[in-house]
Amino acid sequence: MKTLNPCGFSFTLKNQQSTIVGYIISVTGTTQVLLQQSLRSELTMAKIQLAINKESYSVDIDPQTSLLTVLRERLDLTGSKYGCGEGQCGACTVLIDGKAQRSCITRVGSVAQKQITTIEGLANGDQLHPVQQAFLDVGAMQCAYCTSGMILSAVALLDRNPNPQENEIVDFMDGNICRCGTYPRIVSAIQKAAKASASAKGAAR
Amino acid sequence: MSASWQRNVPIEPERYELRAASPYHFELDRREFFKFLGAGLVVVSVLKPAAIAQESGGRQRRGESLPQEIDAWLHIGENGRVTAYTGKVEIGQNIRTSLAQAVAEELRVPIESIECVMGDTKLTPFDMGTFGSRTTPTMNLQLRKVASAARDVLTGLAAQQWKTDRQSLKAADGKIVDPQTNRSVEYAALMKGQQLTEVLPAEDPLIPAADWSVAGKSIPKVDGLEFVTGKHRYPSDQTLPEMLYGKVLRPPAFDATLVSVDTQKAEQMGATVVHDGNFIGAAAPTSQLAEAAVAAIHAEWKSEPQISNKELFDYLRKNTTEGKDPTGDGDRFDTGNVDQALNSADHKVQATYTVEYIAHTPLEPRAALAKWDGDQLTVWTGTQRPFGVRGQLAEAFRIPEEHVRVLMPDMGSGYGGKHTGETAIEAARLARAAKHPVKVVWTREEEFTWAYFRPAGVIDVSSGVRKDGTITAWEFHNYNSGSAGIRTYYEVPNQRIVFHPVNSPLRQGSYRALAATANHFARESHMDELAHRVKMDPLEFRLKNLKDERLRAVFQAAAKQFGWGKGKSAGQGFGMGGGYEKLGNVATFVEVHADRKSGDVKIVRVVSAFECGAIVNPDGLRNQIEGSNVQGLGGALFEAIEFDNGKIVNGRLSQYRVPRFSDVPAIETVLLDRKDLPSAGAGECPMIGLAPAIANAIFDATGARLRAMPLIPNGLKAG
Repeated sequence: MKTLNPCGFSFTLKNQQSTIVGYIISVTGTTQVLLQQSLRSELTMAKIQLAINKESYSVDIDPQTSLLTVLRERLDLTGSKYGCGEGQCGACTVLIDGKAQRSCITRVGSVAQKQITTIEGLANGDQLHPVQQAFLDVGAMQCAYCTSGMILSAVALLDRNPNPQENEIVDFMDGNICRCGTYPRIVSAIQKAAKASASAKGAAR
Repeated sequence: MSASWQRNVPIEPERYELRAASPYHFELDRREFFKFLGAGLVVVSVLKPAAIAQESGGRQRRGESLPQEIDAWLHIGENGRVTAYTGKVEIGQNIRTSLAQAVAEELRVPIESIECVMGDTKLTPFDMGTFGSRTTPTMNLQLRKVASAARDVLTGLAAQQWKTDRQSLKAADGKIVDPQTNRSVEYAALMKGQQLTEVLPAEDPLIPAADWSVAGKSIPKVDGLEFVTGKHRYPSDQTLPEMLYGKVLRPPAFDATLVSVDTQKAEQMGATVVHDGNFIGAAAPTSQLAEAAVAAIHAEWKSEPQISNKELFDYLRKNTTEGKDPTGDGDRFDTGNVDQALNSADHKVQATYTVEYIAHTPLEPRAALAKWDGDQLTVWTGTQRPFGVRGQLAEAFRIPEEHVRVLMPDMGSGYGGKHTGETAIEAARLARAAKHPVKVVWTREEEFTWAYFRPAGVIDVSSGVRKDGTITAWEFHNYNSGSAGIRTYYEVPNQRIVFHPVNSPLRQGSYRALAATANHFARESHMDELAHRVKMDPLEFRLKNLKDERLRAVFQAAAKQFGWGKGKSAGQGFGMGGGYEKLGNVATFVEVHADRKSGDVKIVRVVSAFECGAIVNPDGLRNQIEGSNVQGLGGALFEAIEFDNGKIVNGRLSQYRVPRFSDVPAIETVLLDRKDLPSAGAGECPMIGLAPAIANAIFDATGARLRAMPLIPNGLKAG
């Protein structure tokens, strides 16, 4: 069951020249959240269906809005971070159909019906994804603001290359910035996760 | 002032640390404590006057009669939960972990049973701020003492209960045990119905570093799970019911004044618009609407012509504030007769070194969420100085500090760049007008433009040296960059060292390691130039002029690990730099590979030896040393703020280059653990040796002496 923070507005704005109406965001089968938007805004609204972390959402929004804004402001999925707004730092990385994408420069209208995974949906219940576990084990973080994006990029990398060489890790991850400078630890964590996944697969065989 | 370099001078915050105005005079009231903490035991640590002078910032307070001030307290509840309260904040340096380690060690409880409440101006004691690598030498020690005193009280309670000699009892795993009878009692049971307060006794037996069992170990980040699952709420992630998003209209240039403004269109869009003096902003139910509203505001501004990078260094030399206003004088250290010594030296070397403005670029930009209840203001914001921001808010809204509560959720780093409360004030101003909570999160461009920078600087060095490699004269002038680390630890009988403050053309402030980076860059580069002049090995030359044992030890340890003295191949170059800052000692050795044809320089390997007394958390320490070196690569190699006529020209991550995975060399750290010495911090010092070591290695590889930081923004080719 999915729960969202309440964020309903029940006020009238001071300069009351505009009409306030309510939009309903429905979260499949469970919570209903009331959001409101000024009618006078110049945004073109549309109903967009999103599949995020195996839940489906319907959002009334301008399709030009960035996926990051929708995740953070509408769906309260704040694990994806804003860092630059131009796809340069990777803090907002999410998986779209398994590929690492920068949600800050992805228009929400372009990802309707695609499978989106954010950091909140990566673990299987209490069972961390091997990459999450490896980041913890290696201590591959300081302030950890870059961590969600790093982890999701690393998941995408290991998905297409389960046993990457160090230079392949560096090439793939070069679009993700860690200002605290924990890069060597992140490389170690990815190598560790690769090994853990390989041995888990070996054991399953 | 004497010029002889002393290790034990108290650390004073530099002028760029942006001091807090008034410290918090907390009245000790037992009932208040238990009202919000619940029953149990409270141990309070009271700062001694000498320590206050240091922690509460300084000079202006010296000589006054000082009140007793609390700097930390610890509570053990009836359920056995241990809560430590400190005004320090977690910004990625992992002190939430290292402080919990210190408490766990002294109190003999599992680290999981400790919570640290940090940086909340209502719940925690006043703290000047989290900077200057002060947490480990001061707060770690204070909490350690507090926890040790709590252990003592608990032991006393058990002894009373059992009517036995307290000397025979031991504390272990959250219990007091009597080894002779095998009796034990849990702390929780001892706390039942108690309301005990203990003010920290002056002398309390601490567990010596050699006997540490929790402290001294590599404990992972205590709440790491919250971060790898995206659950942790950073300042920019905070929300409240009925919250609005705020956006500020920025002037087109620094120091611009408003000529006219028309906000009608924005108001018609349904946003709350505030125009108050030079402040114009809007709040709306979505960030998109707030942005659209601000974009719809028509404003005209007027600004004066301003300088650009091209004129910067000339400007800095010509615009010192010395003698112009009472606070405008810098620092000056004189000894011997420099002029005479320079004249009679066998070799005289003169050189000028420069550093550009650089931006902290914390990955989380400034963010604040503000909420008013009547005239009571609560703000969640990312800052290294929650109490300082509280003061700024009280001043901005003309309300007493007691009406302001600032909370600092663990934030997305700062590096000295988040000492101020602009965003908090903006959010609070909009919230007051909108009568709703308002969140303001700066864009990356705002962070690059409206925050502050590490000061640029010009450093002139003149030195004299004898043929045998003895330095006889040292004259060192730093314009604007700052006085941290300005004094030389090499033995020189004749010195003149001056810091010249300047009216900076850009807003400048604190930055990790402050001016120590620039001053060490100049000094350690110059040491290499001198060694080259007298044809001595750079390591031998340094050691000949260096008596300090701790610095000698790090240079020697790094040299050994690096393999100093080995042969090199074409294009390869080796260099070193090191020094002392914030009670830490570092020596960094670098290997570069330079391709003169293409102009490419690759930093191949970095070896840092570091010593900061007794090590609290070895892996945390390695993490800080690695991080300092990686972050330091940016300022050393390519980071520089470009500005022109009141505008930042490269204020985006696509234009301002910061270190990435592919920039990182092999980094090796050598830790010297001095269990006989007090622990010092490590967030800053490890950074200072890198830039000169790279410059010296590039000289070794190519014969080109680079004296401007960043060294190679465009490779070895000019322009």
